[in-house]
Amino acid sequence: MTLSRMARSPEAVAGFVILGCLVLMALAAPILFPRDPLSIAGPALLRPFQDWALPLGTDRLGRDVLAGLFHGARTSLAVGLAAAAASILVGSVVGTVAGFAGGLVDEVLMRITDAFQTVPGFLLSLALVSVVGPSLSVVVVAIALSAWTGPARIARAEVLSIRERDYVASARVIGMHPLEIAFREVLPNALPPVLALSSVIVAAAILTEAALSFLGLGDPNRVTWGGMIAEGRAVLRSAPFLSIIPGIALVLAVLGVYLAGEGIVESSATRRGNA
Amino acid sequence: MKRAFALLRRRLIGSIPVLLIVVVGSFLLLEAAPGDAVDAYIVSVGGDAGMIEALRQSWGLHASPATRLAAYLWSLLHLDLGHSVALSRPVLEVVLERLPNTLLLMGSATALSFFLGTALGIVAGSRPGSFRDRFLSIGSLALYAVPGFWLALVLTIVFSVQLRWLPLSGMETIASGKTGFSRALDIARHLVLPVTSLGIIYLALYLRMMRAGMAEVWRMDFVVAARARGIARRRIVWRHVARNALLPLVTMLGLQSAAMLGGSVVIESVFSIPGLGRLAQEAVGARDTPLLIGIILVSAVLVILINLAVDLLYAVLDPRVGASEASA
Repeated sequence: MTLSRMARSPEAVAGFVILGCLVLMALAAPILFPRDPLSIAGPALLRPFQDWALPLGTDRLGRDVLAGLFHGARTSLAVGLAAAAASILVGSVVGTVAGFAGGLVDEVLMRITDAFQTVPGFLLSLALVSVVGPSLSVVVVAIALSAWTGPARIARAEVLSIRERDYVASARVIGMHPLEIAFREVLPNALPPVLALSSVIVAAAILTEAALSFLGLGDPNRVTWGGMIAEGRAVLRSAPFLSIIPGIALVLAVLGVYLAGEGIVESSATRRGNA
Repeated sequence: MKRAFALLRRRLIGSIPVLLIVVVGSFLLLEAAPGDAVDAYIVSVGGDAGMIEALRQSWGLHASPATRLAAYLWSLLHLDLGHSVALSRPVLEVVLERLPNTLLLMGSATALSFFLGTALGIVAGSRPGSFRDRFLSIGSLALYAVPGFWLALVLTIVFSVQLRWLPLSGMETIASGKTGFSRALDIARHLVLPVTSLGIIYLALYLRMMRAGMAEVWRMDFVVAARARGIARRRIVWRHVARNALLPLVTMLGLQSAAMLGGSVVIESVFSIPGLGRLAQEAVGARDTPLLIGIILVSAVLVILINLAVDLLYAVLDPRVGASEASA
């Protein structure tokens, strides 16, 4: 059983516990903190553990830090998952088409992939958000734009070996359309190594979103951890906790994604090894 | 050497279409941005409606997109990256002025992460599965999870605000009048925190790669044979295992250069270092699209050059690389 094997690795368990907490925070945010987290909740710059109504204190404008943390989890998780899903989808389609079609199509698609890998991803995201304007969906697209190349390369490499297999040859013999072979026979079999990469992509997406909002390019109508850190920078000397607390949340979230991802990959590797 | 040159020529030719795609992409982004080159020019220089129309005519902005793309390519060939809106100066001039600072930051951070990461990777990989190995592996994962800009802020709080050991921001002390060695020392003091925050995070990558490579080499026949012959463990670690696991890390140097450049954007803005990244952020703030695109183009060229250099280094280090090309 994959689950019991995973339970034996303390790292994987820690990863899933952290991820579970993150998801709970994201789901519970509107129930526990129904008020707009961007609204004023109390006196400004209240230190943590002073007032039990505002356990983590308030920021420069008197906004509840704990509420921001909960609502920020929503943004981080949503952006991370959406951007990762988009880049895996685009990447595996591009990689499958390139690997399966071969020839000129392959050449053109791979040169485009090269071009995207040549431009620093963060600069590309920065440029797109600044040209189109910051909103949640633009941020997702901007992150996916720089993250789809990894999945594309892996999918292509996988497809190159799969397309020589017997079942693909037999699909050809029975007269299946090449596109149908590519997407119904080849792509599903090329997916596992691409999906093994997904935890790294989700983690990178969360970090990129945080960096974008830290630079003031996040969705202005949403609380983000990166935005909270940037907000705290103005009072870094007098109230460093405002920048430190959301940063810790960020580190834990990303670490949770990594650990859980490694746990899944390792347990499926041992299972395959035993079979 | 012939082998390396053959490789270099092939890579150079291969990078032309890639660069062309980057240029077309930049052109599309420029087109998508509100306003055009004339608006940009007028904002910085000033002029009336008649002049705007005349400029649009003479700059060929009424032409079809294909013609304009051709004109854009033509001006790029003459190293004309356009005019910065916010700074009223040629883009290339501004970018080249800021480039050395970024290269210094990136180079130092890369050196830190490569050497420290490799060293720790050897420590972890010399006994795979040991406590030391587990500790370093998890520790590096935790480091890799830290956002660079946040680490930068925390380091500033500790070392600049609380302990007052290191300067808070900037590249050097302003108007200090320092020259020569004392100026270099001053810059080095200013760079300690930025380089640490940028380098520490990528350290994890080299550590993990070195460790994984070594774990693989340990299982190979020649290592098993060396152990069977009773060669000292220390000697096996250095001469047989680490040596063979090191080569792939060199490739990583090139692959990471784009990420490093992206990471320096945020680090430079935290420490107010007047480099390319800080410039990119200023360009975003001022809605200066021509400048932003110029930065992207220059970074792409930089990444291509770094990868070329890494390929050459690899060809020198590994006699198998490119051997078929030299004989062909």
